[in-house]
Amino acid sequence: MTSFMLSDTTASKISSQLTHLRHQMGSPAVGMVLTLVVVCDESGQYDAVRAATEAAREHPSRILVVIGRDPEEPNRLDAELRIGESTPGEVILLRLYGELTRHADSVVSPLLLTDTPVVAWWPRESPEIPAKDAIGQLALRRIIDARPASDPVKAVSGRARSYVPGDTDLAWTRLTPWRSLLAAAFDQPVGKVKKGVVEAASGNASAPLLAAWLSERLGAPVKVADSEGPGLTGVTLSTADGTIKITRSDARLATLSRPGQPDRRVALTRRTTAELLAEEMRRLDPDEVYEAAIRRIGRTGRSS
Amino acid sequence: MTESKPPTHAEDSVAMASTASAAATTGITEEIVAANPLRDPRDKRLPRVAGPCVLVLFGVTGDLARKKLLPAIYDLANRGLLPPGFSLVGFARREWRDQDFAQLTHDAIKQHARTPYREEVWKQLSEGIFFCPGEFTDDGAFDALAMMLKEIDETRGTGGNYGFYLSVPPKFFPVVVQQLKRTDLAHGPEESWRRVVIEKPFGHDLKSAQELNAITSAVFPESSVFRIDHYLGKETVQNIMALRFANNLFEPIWNRGYVDHVQITMAEDIGIGGRAGYYDGIGAARDVIQNHLLQLLALVAMEDPTSFDADTLRREKEKVLKAVQLPGDLAHSTARGRYASGWQGGQPVVGYTEEEGIPEDSITETYAAIKLEIANRRWAGVPFYLRTGKRLGRRVTEVAVVFQKAPHLPFSKDDTEILGHNALVIRVQPDEGITVRFGSKVPGTAMEVRDVSMDFAYGESFMESSPEAYERLLLDVLIGDPPLFPHQREVELSWKILDPIEEFWASQGPPEDYPAGTWGPASADEMMARDGRVWRRL
Repeated sequence: MTSFMLSDTTASKISSQLTHLRHQMGSPAVGMVLTLVVVCDESGQYDAVRAATEAAREHPSRILVVIGRDPEEPNRLDAELRIGESTPGEVILLRLYGELTRHADSVVSPLLLTDTPVVAWWPRESPEIPAKDAIGQLALRRIIDARPASDPVKAVSGRARSYVPGDTDLAWTRLTPWRSLLAAAFDQPVGKVKKGVVEAASGNASAPLLAAWLSERLGAPVKVADSEGPGLTGVTLSTADGTIKITRSDARLATLSRPGQPDRRVALTRRTTAELLAEEMRRLDPDEVYEAAIRRIGRTGRSS
Repeated sequence: MTESKPPTHAEDSVAMASTASAAATTGITEEIVAANPLRDPRDKRLPRVAGPCVLVLFGVTGDLARKKLLPAIYDLANRGLLPPGFSLVGFARREWRDQDFAQLTHDAIKQHARTPYREEVWKQLSEGIFFCPGEFTDDGAFDALAMMLKEIDETRGTGGNYGFYLSVPPKFFPVVVQQLKRTDLAHGPEESWRRVVIEKPFGHDLKSAQELNAITSAVFPESSVFRIDHYLGKETVQNIMALRFANNLFEPIWNRGYVDHVQITMAEDIGIGGRAGYYDGIGAARDVIQNHLLQLLALVAMEDPTSFDADTLRREKEKVLKAVQLPGDLAHSTARGRYASGWQGGQPVVGYTEEEGIPEDSITETYAAIKLEIANRRWAGVPFYLRTGKRLGRRVTEVAVVFQKAPHLPFSKDDTEILGHNALVIRVQPDEGITVRFGSKVPGTAMEVRDVSMDFAYGESFMESSPEAYERLLLDVLIGDPPLFPHQREVELSWKILDPIEEFWASQGPPEDYPAGTWGPASADEMMARDGRVWRRL
């Protein structure tokens, strides 16, 4: 691994240093497929970089980490370049001081890979309207995460107002195994669903999304109910033929029960952030199913 | 042809890697959506998951089962691609109980699975592992199997859907297939499916392939027979189709107007290992060219299919295999060899005839190279060179499309002296990816042009846990998605190409020796030299 620090620098110096390092390592060209811009603060930096580099193993990327520092300091840009760090791509940490903290796009824009997609990710706090954000405007896909928000459920229910195709939420990504299992359960004929309940720990951001998706697709009211957790703990759907139920109390192994059939256990583990990110980067076209879910929440309010 | 909308960045760059996942969503038809409200073709996150079913594995103690099949089943479960209630039944001549087979599976997974071991996944899988002891000739054992499957349907809700994986030598096919027929396991009730999976070799010539097919087709309809050629499950092989048909860059030059010739190579550094009994009398051409290399040729040379469903894709592959022609003079357009003792990768190794179990007077080849032509408008006059061998310099499989030289070079002859042909190389294994070779100016004041290579490797090759070919193919079997499995007609067409060559070779005595660790016999190089070409140095 090669690491290089640049203090009080500019985007063009970073750029030429990157080229220089690449040449020095003897691999001037690499097949990177996208640029991932991570916007976070110093305390969230380590975990975010870790997850991003892990995901870059599947999607070789240039990772730009934008870290806002003290806006009261004089303007300054510090950069840390990491190449060959167990990832096929490059990691560049950008530390912004002073007024520059509000003009991060001026640093990021010249460092984007040419003519390949740009993905922006806010691991913690995200802008009100991601698509209007300076960094968000550069990106084709904007990943936010409702979970760390102070009121996750409110964060999810407000999303419909700011939605622009290309927005996505890790709280939605976390649901894929659940949705996959539910869809698999419906591959066998099931009677008309009359109503349903999604159970989750109080304040879980994914639960209203799952409920909205189910009611959107099934045309039946699906409510969210609080449980002890951890995370999502169950889905119950009442049909004309009986009840279909998935329960998971340990965040690892779930039980699927359906009328007239024996209970079956299915692994349903929570996934790491890196896995969630990798899933996001697999598809870069707008997620219309997610849009339908948040629009439904927007229409019906946060209670159902 | 016009695009309905201008492509965006994302579409451009994702096209490369999306064959596998494209197939993942195209499977969602309107009928499925009508039957299952939770499925939506726009919902690209949801993976294809197989319906409830049982996989019955014959030959559980074999190498393939332990190293590939059982780990692949676990990896599928780990990725959440197996249905709840999925059950696995092992059948073998062992006095085993369910837990013994579960133990074998557990060990195989621990040792060979690509995804990390997770207790909860194993718990899910192990609840559905059963074992049925018995001989293939024992009626009682198959009656017990039928009973067991019925019981599994009831206790695990598998709905009478069974896949039978025959991981056994072909000589056992007739008896197993007959047993399945006798016990009525080959035909399920309405709304359920029965499928049979067979592995190569699909016979050793046209006649035996037809006989083998007669055995399975007497019991299973062709649509229920899945012939595994694991090469077709490989990511890069599927990428051949994305490369050719999702881009506008390559297809215009993908013809006799620009292509000089094509080289398809599968080189192995290992010897025959413990496979003496199978290998002797079969040889490199039957073992590799008939299936893997001719399938690669078909994918590289076929016309664009109207869609990627099984019928149209197979039809295009058949068309091009039908158009394959052998050169008139087989003595000058084929080569065969046999490894003699030598040094391979720094270690002394024995020659083929010194391997255990190989008779001294064997005339089996361990290296085969053939030249084929394709008689159609696209390829007339473009030779396709296929070669394969054991104990060669290193392990590599690739398809190289070698282009003609530029029609005119506005440089002096000295400047371009060492400039070769442009080439597009699809690297199949071990380092999956694509290489483009072209001429570039050597830095400096003089105008000197030489060949350089540009490499591309998509993420899969960086991931330790990237899906294995068997995973993809097993999932396709359970879903019932046949495009990646060769049809019997393709198998027969391939034998029609190879049979005359084998016949000719049979009359030529023992093959030419080549020292282990080198790139094959001199006659193979001479064969290329006669055409004014050389093999790529790999």
